[in-house]
Amino acid sequence: MQLNVNGATVTVEADASTPLLYVLLNDLKLNGAKYGCGAAQCGSCKVLIDDNAVPSCVTRLSDVIGKNITTLSGLLVDGKPGKLQQAFIDEQAAQCAYCVAGIIIAAEALLRKNPKPTDAEIRAALDGNLCRCGAHNRMVRAVLRASREA
Amino acid sequence: MQDISRRKFLQTAGSLTVTFSISGLPALAQEGGAKRLPGSLKAFPKISSWIRINADNSVTLLIGKVELGQGILTAAAQICADELDVDIERVEVISGDTFVTPDEGVTAGSASMPNCAPAVQQASAEARHILLDLAAKKLGVAPQNLSVNNGVITTNTGLRASYGELVLGEAFNREATGLVKPKAIADHKIIGKSMPRIDLPAKIVGEAAFLQELRHDGMVHGRVVRAAQRGAIVSVDTAPIEAMPGVLKVVRNGSFLGIIAAREEQAIAAAEALRSAVEWRKPSPFVASNLVYDWLEKQPAQDSTVKEIVRNNSAPPSSVVERTYLRPYQMHASIGPSAAIAEMKPDGVLVIDTHSQSVFWTMEAIARMLKMDKAKVHGRHFHGAGCYGHNLADDAAADAAMLAVAFPGRPVRLQYSRADENCFEPLGPAMVVKARAGLDADGGILDWQVDVFSTPHNTRPNREAGFLLAAAELDPPIKMPVPKNVPAPNYGAERNAIVLYDFPAHRVFNHFITAMPLRVSALRGLGAYGNVFATESFLDEIAHEAKADPVEYRLRYMKDERARAVISKAAEAFGWANFQKSAGRGRGIAFAQYKNLACYTAVALEVSIDPTTGEIRVVRAVAANDSGHIVNPDGVENQIEGGIIQSLSWSLKEEVRFDAHRILSDSWAEYPILRFSEVPPIEVVQIDRPGAPYLGTGEGSQGPTVAALANAIFDAVGVRLRQLPFTPERLKAALNA
Repeated sequence: MQLNVNGATVTVEADASTPLLYVLLNDLKLNGAKYGCGAAQCGSCKVLIDDNAVPSCVTRLSDVIGKNITTLSGLLVDGKPGKLQQAFIDEQAAQCAYCVAGIIIAAEALLRKNPKPTDAEIRAALDGNLCRCGAHNRMVRAVLRASREA
Repeated sequence: MQDISRRKFLQTAGSLTVTFSISGLPALAQEGGAKRLPGSLKAFPKISSWIRINADNSVTLLIGKVELGQGILTAAAQICADELDVDIERVEVISGDTFVTPDEGVTAGSASMPNCAPAVQQASAEARHILLDLAAKKLGVAPQNLSVNNGVITTNTGLRASYGELVLGEAFNREATGLVKPKAIADHKIIGKSMPRIDLPAKIVGEAAFLQELRHDGMVHGRVVRAAQRGAIVSVDTAPIEAMPGVLKVVRNGSFLGIIAAREEQAIAAAEALRSAVEWRKPSPFVASNLVYDWLEKQPAQDSTVKEIVRNNSAPPSSVVERTYLRPYQMHASIGPSAAIAEMKPDGVLVIDTHSQSVFWTMEAIARMLKMDKAKVHGRHFHGAGCYGHNLADDAAADAAMLAVAFPGRPVRLQYSRADENCFEPLGPAMVVKARAGLDADGGILDWQVDVFSTPHNTRPNREAGFLLAAAELDPPIKMPVPKNVPAPNYGAERNAIVLYDFPAHRVFNHFITAMPLRVSALRGLGAYGNVFATESFLDEIAHEAKADPVEYRLRYMKDERARAVISKAAEAFGWANFQKSAGRGRGIAFAQYKNLACYTAVALEVSIDPTTGEIRVVRAVAANDSGHIVNPDGVENQIEGGIIQSLSWSLKEEVRFDAHRILSDSWAEYPILRFSEVPPIEVVQIDRPGAPYLGTGEGSQGPTVAALANAIFDAVGVRLRQLPFTPERLKAALNA
């Protein structure tokens, strides 16, 4: 089965009904998207499917054939942190950082649609992502910073 | 950058282990230096236990405390780099490895900065002293004529020697003396500065940074299946499960039931099939959730006097106020369900990769469960999701070990589901806190009494197999020991039940109940969250009755200068004196010194309430914090901010629901937490105390936050909520009462 991941075509040996998350984690050995709930309730496993942030835990391989899948490492630019990633580093926008991959992906989807979001628009866009450590305000500041530097 | 592949190299290839022993200081070592050694260095006085210099001039720092997302590795690296005069990028930290690092017990209780940090500081200072001594001999100059820059020692005549050259091939091995003084504060270049976390870049760019991202060669996937109430198996037919695609083994040992499969999705499918195939013995029902507070008060308890100051003058008070405050069962609800990887190696060593907070003690418990020599169980800490106490991390390690010994030679990765994590994690215990005060005619406090009723707040696997879920499922089972309360000075259920205020009479009693209707253990702050909620709400109630300003009333009874400073600072930064009250809006303040020995924190916040819906919005929060000498200001701010947000989530939303047979809060839909659009702006004011002991910060703000919230709600709408959480339904009911 062929997938388009981070700009490259890859072949995986897995059943078409396999959740994308496990293929990313185990077959393609891509980090970032993480298991959090398996029910699209927390956002930890979000990846970009074309320009939308989608929970990969409930997305089957058969749903993403022919689409562009982008994971956290797909946001690197020439091997360096992309602007959102750099903004998260600059703002120290995390504690445990388990949720941060899904949040950066959700923010990337937001910025593609709305390059200059307000604080409230960012919060609304990230409401589908949970953070348990309480780094929310730092993450919102990071998204604002990235949007300013765009 | 902390890269797990680099760490693997260190462990497998072995580094140039440098052990210090030189002739320069023999007399000093004989003066019983261990007594003078700070923190964890007392138990592990050898410098080589903490510091290694590598051939490439880099430094490896070995610590027993582990990263839980709170920045301890960065703070420890800062201290090490500053004392050793090397750039922080040259310091690699290895933490929580039972074959490599000192055993610093559990990473908990805001105790890493007070115990680990001073040990690292002293060990690093002594290592630098020894290196200078070695350089002086090699270069033929006096130590005072040497200077160090990023691990290179130079003389004023241009001679040089690097740390890496100095120790290469030498055999050093000596105990710290306690006689080398760490740098003067004025000479600190890195301590006290906001340093970016050393572990974050890897996590943000998508390198393998978490245990969940380890992929050992030949790794297979495991799952376990448990009854909702952990009952014994009546019957199970495993044959059809064994025939499922990818299934390598069904593991049964007593009532422990697990599967191992080649692929993760195959393991999930097989576990679901196995769950349907097993019939469990019906266990006795829980106490119903709405009756749990009555149940707590009626249980036989171990009663203890925590504090008793009796008034000299026995004149009866002019009035007596009594109130009861209720805290429900709450979850750690880690964002990442726990996982572990275990492999039974051909040499008989069981290697367990874990995100446990207590790697050493849990490995010992697992060794006992498996009847193995503890020297053959190698625990290695890897980063996981934030845990906030004793969650399922330790059970994941034990379950992975159970599967690995049944399937030797292959690494087995055990991953819990969200429902597993929520339904089996040891919860933060429910509490009943009764407060009673005798007042004088002016509303001043004469007598103060607090009674705490709660089940254990600590059932960690403290080297005891019986605290592990799997151990109870073996045939014969290993019984859980009767938990003990956490003793003074940290305390468990009664943590922070003693207030820092001075009252003429002050009595605190703990009623420790060892029966547990639900599995419980340490949740961030233990009893402090419930007790600070109760005592700081109660004090506020009394202040309002006395028509006193809550800030002034607190200061009236507070002698501790550092406590007074954070209360005053929080009030000032909040704009307490100029606060303009408007309809549906209110302000509240609360204070605690965590454990009465860690950081001082006051929180002031403002709420806005919609009386028709009962919805409470926190408009803003301000905290003032004194964590002693601050190593990393941004790290402290992040902890206080995060603690406030987590406490607001607990206090506004969180209560574990259960019926007589099972936990109902098995998903985020059933156990909602605070979301981005509900998080208020937060300001943190820090009071630095250069030269004062490092005080832990991670659990400082949760107690003051819940009480400030309760006090602000009262200020806004005149209703006092004494039962957590403060849901819209509960507030509406109180408003209509």
